[in-house]
Amino acid sequence: MQIVTCIKQVPDTTQVKIDPVKGTLIREGVPSIINPFDAHALEEGLRLKDRYGFKVTAISMGPPSAEVTLRNAVAVGVDNVILLSDRAFGGADTLATSMVLATAIRKLNEEEEVALVLCGKQTIDGDTAQVGPGIATRLGFQQLTSVDRIEELDLKNKRITVRCKFEERYEILNSCFPAMIAVLREINRPRYPTVPMRLMAQDYKVTVWDNKIMQMNENEIGLKGSATAVRRIFSPDRAKGQILGGDEVQDPEDAARMLINKLVSKNLISLQ
Amino acid sequence: MTLRVTMFAIVFAVAIIFFLWSCWQRFSLVTLGRADNRFDRIGLRFVNMLLYAFGQKRVVSGKYPFGWNHFIFFWCFLILLISNTEFLLHGLFPEVIALSYLPQGLYYALALIFDIVSIVALVAVIVAISRRLWFAPKYIDAKTVDAFVILGLVGILMLAFFSLHGSDIALGNEQAAAYMPVSSFVGMLFSGIMPATLETMKLVFWWIHAFALLGFLCYLPYSKHMHILTSIPNCFFKSIDKVNTQTPEVFQKENVYGAGRVDRMRWKDLFDSYSCTECGRCTDNCPAASTGKDLKPRLVIHDIKVNLLHNGGLIRKGKEPQLPLIGGGREGSVKEDTIWACTTCGACMEVCPVFIEHVPKLVYMRRDLVEMQAKFPDELLSLFENLENRSNPWGIIPAERGRWVAEVQAPAFEKGKTEYLFYTGCAGSLDTRNKRNTAAIARILNAAGVSWGTFGKDEKCCGDSARRLGNEYVFDRMARENIKVFNDAGVKKIIVECPHCYNTLKNDYKQFGGDFEVIHHAELISQLIESGRLKLEGKVDAGRLVFHDSCYLGRYNGVFDQPRKLIEMATGKAPLEMKKNRELSFCCGAGGGRMWMEETEGTRINMARVNQAMESDPDTICVCCPYCVTMMEDGLTDIKAPEKVKVIELSELVEKALK
Ligand SMILES: Cc1cc2nc3c(=O)[nH]c(=O)nc-3n(C[C@H](O)[C@H](O)[C@H](O)COP(=O)(O)OP(=O)(O)OC[C@H]3O[C@@H](n4cnc5c(N)ncnc54)[C@H](O)[C@@H]3O)c2cc1C
Ligand code: SF4
Ligand code: SF4
Repeated sequence: MQIVTCIKQVPDTTQVKIDPVKGTLIREGVPSIINPFDAHALEEGLRLKDRYGFKVTAISMGPPSAEVTLRNAVAVGVDNVILLSDRAFGGADTLATSMVLATAIRKLNEEEEVALVLCGKQTIDGDTAQVGPGIATRLGFQQLTSVDRIEELDLKNKRITVRCKFEERYEILNSCFPAMIAVLREINRPRYPTVPMRLMAQDYKVTVWDNKIMQMNENEIGLKGSATAVRRIFSPDRAKGQILGGDEVQDPEDAARMLINKLVSKNLISLQ
Repeated sequence: MTLRVTMFAIVFAVAIIFFLWSCWQRFSLVTLGRADNRFDRIGLRFVNMLLYAFGQKRVVSGKYPFGWNHFIFFWCFLILLISNTEFLLHGLFPEVIALSYLPQGLYYALALIFDIVSIVALVAVIVAISRRLWFAPKYIDAKTVDAFVILGLVGILMLAFFSLHGSDIALGNEQAAAYMPVSSFVGMLFSGIMPATLETMKLVFWWIHAFALLGFLCYLPYSKHMHILTSIPNCFFKSIDKVNTQTPEVFQKENVYGAGRVDRMRWKDLFDSYSCTECGRCTDNCPAASTGKDLKPRLVIHDIKVNLLHNGGLIRKGKEPQLPLIGGGREGSVKEDTIWACTTCGACMEVCPVFIEHVPKLVYMRRDLVEMQAKFPDELLSLFENLENRSNPWGIIPAERGRWVAEVQAPAFEKGKTEYLFYTGCAGSLDTRNKRNTAAIARILNAAGVSWGTFGKDEKCCGDSARRLGNEYVFDRMARENIKVFNDAGVKKIIVECPHCYNTLKNDYKQFGGDFEVIHHAELISQLIESGRLKLEGKVDAGRLVFHDSCYLGRYNGVFDQPRKLIEMATGKAPLEMKKNRELSFCCGAGGGRMWMEETEGTRINMARVNQAMESDPDTICVCCPYCVTMMEDGLTDIKAPEKVKVIELSELVEKALK
């Protein structure tokens, strides 16, 4: 039985700025990283592998440069990685993305039964949190979202119990296989690659599936398969900020006092 | 051949064979270690051996007056080596070899020397036993069987020597009696005894002497006194340069990294472990040990030795070692917490009388944990990722690095035009408090009209923390990348603000082909003043100012005087000194990557250092390192020091004194 983890390469968004003229993201020169949530999904997959002996496959849809992210997954111990890359997949929204990912998972299932699909709750660039549920829907898998702990896994009966964290409540859910689990960052602490694994991963040959292999209908993928389109990206207008001054090093108390007075005057905090 | 000679020949042969076999058993294990060239600059090595082994230069260092007792021991031992060799040879070939066969003058002179030296040695034994029993310092394991066996054997040897010669003198057989005052005194005590009894006594004392001597020899390799055999060569093999860097690794498939097994230490590290005298000075000076951490550098060395003896045989046969070097939870295995507690301050290495290199060993063990096992304290995960992905420890956006440039007039480095690259380092360019030092340095450089420039936002972290924390793989990449950038930009001379960058750029990068003239701001400012390009007015009122030596500037690189001179020039007064200063300075707690780690065990090192500074009732604590700034300021807050006490970086002080 295998676990498939979906990982996405994203720009380090803290370094991304919006081009005010074109209304697009300036991605140039911004380093790419693994979507932080997906690092946790990957780790959870590896922990289940360590404990129950699942095979772990990582898949990613993205440009050829996303290979690096998959290589890093190999360095932490994933058994198999597949890059879903084709010009025709480009420009996909969450619908088309989940279609491609679901098709890949179906293909993997033919090779070896897929018990669980692990996704991050959301990405830090697209931020929709739709792809995980999208995959589950397309595949008819159970959906377990916002999971911050795996409570129990029963291999024999093919069941899993998880804890989902919502605002002000937890839910403990028990589900059969196959299931899609979208994880929160609290679920674990990702591991760090050892040097021998890193060196091995450097020469690892990443399998690439293009649409010749995937054989998907052109209307289901990429721009054409997308139900939505981006009209405009912009930063909301914001009243200009004000620098209060004060010297946080020489006289931090005075600086704090100024800040508090300001917040009080704006009715943002009260001293009562 | 008389019966006695035959019997002695047998005892002697057995003892010598046993001794040689033990030595072979032990010393052959040293060859299991990794390669390390300690055979270069032979002339200098001989000088070191004369100075430090025979001259005992470090043993008698000021802080340890008891070292003189060892000095006496050592020389008595060397002199009595001649006497005892004569004793053994005479025992084997009584007809051929004896002191009395020598020309009379020489015979009498040697008899006098041996007699006097033996009584001196006996006194030294008594002093040593008393110290262990009643005046033991807490950093040694005073009451070990091992120590008393050896002291006892030496004492017995001396007593047997006097009794043997005393009997001879009482019998009237000793021509040199007049030159043997102590033996003659014993002879006088024996004077009433019957000659036949004296003959028997003589025989008994002869055998006691023989057994004590051979027993000592056979016991040697099994005790801490193995250092008698190893410390002289260890001073020969000692690192000629300061131990301020670690050996790089070759990153290649199939290689293993770090020292997760004892045979992955360098051979010199293994030889070191045999040379430890268990004097405990390293532990006595260790900031981690003295603030209650589970790190006693002496025990680290001891555990390596025990581990080697335990596993060496198996490893030699190509089998897996039984006792893990790290985390085995018993003697001969080093705890992980111990390995992480080290600040790499180097105080241990500075005081070790036999030049044992503790820091590289701890770093090699860290490498195993990080590189082979990916096992390290949680805090380090984000540090490593930040260093690798954003080239600074905090994970701040790299573009922020250029922000300080806007605050002062800081020119960009221009290839072929600018003389000095000012490498500000992570703390100097990103930490709010330490950006003030950076600005101060910039203004000083401008005032002196130095041709300098920065890389601004394109500067990258030097990698010091990665290296000291055992992440050599990440360090290796950072070092190579920086060296390439420096070379491509035509950088020849580099000014650094931080002693950690200083050591890394100057000493670590050499191993990767980085050949730059690296200079710390304290050194450069001193030069600028000497050449008249900068003038200071000694009028800054910093009140009572005490100076704290940063480990990586002082102990690691020998920069002690320049900061002190600059302080004097700026304030008109020499700085106050803490009890632990210069080579014996006490770490602020931030080195070795400890800056980025929690300090939960024991008390905090920075608080201990600040308390030491407070002993001189200062108004100002002057430091030369951004990490020290942070640690000392935090320390002052933590000990609730009076508000008036301020931490100042040397550059800030100099800036105030600019004319
Ligand atoms: C309205 C809209 C229009 C868009 N139009 C375009 C467009 O025209 N062109 C364009 O390039 N992008 C476009 N995007 C962005 C793109 O659709 C999303 O980045 C992508 O579909 C994934 O969605 P997300 O990033 O929100 O992922 P989320 O749903 O937040 O991600 C949840 C989890 O799904 C998995 N996952 C998501 N994406 C992948 C992937 N590619 N590979 C593997 N696993 C993945 C991960 O486990 C992730 O943690 C659009 C987004 C929106 C909302
Ligand atoms: S380097 Fe410093 S902290 Fe580390 S063991 Fe030596 S004395 Fe202790
Ligand atoms: S390592 Fe050096 S300083 Fe420490 S106990 Fe051994 S000999 Fe003494």
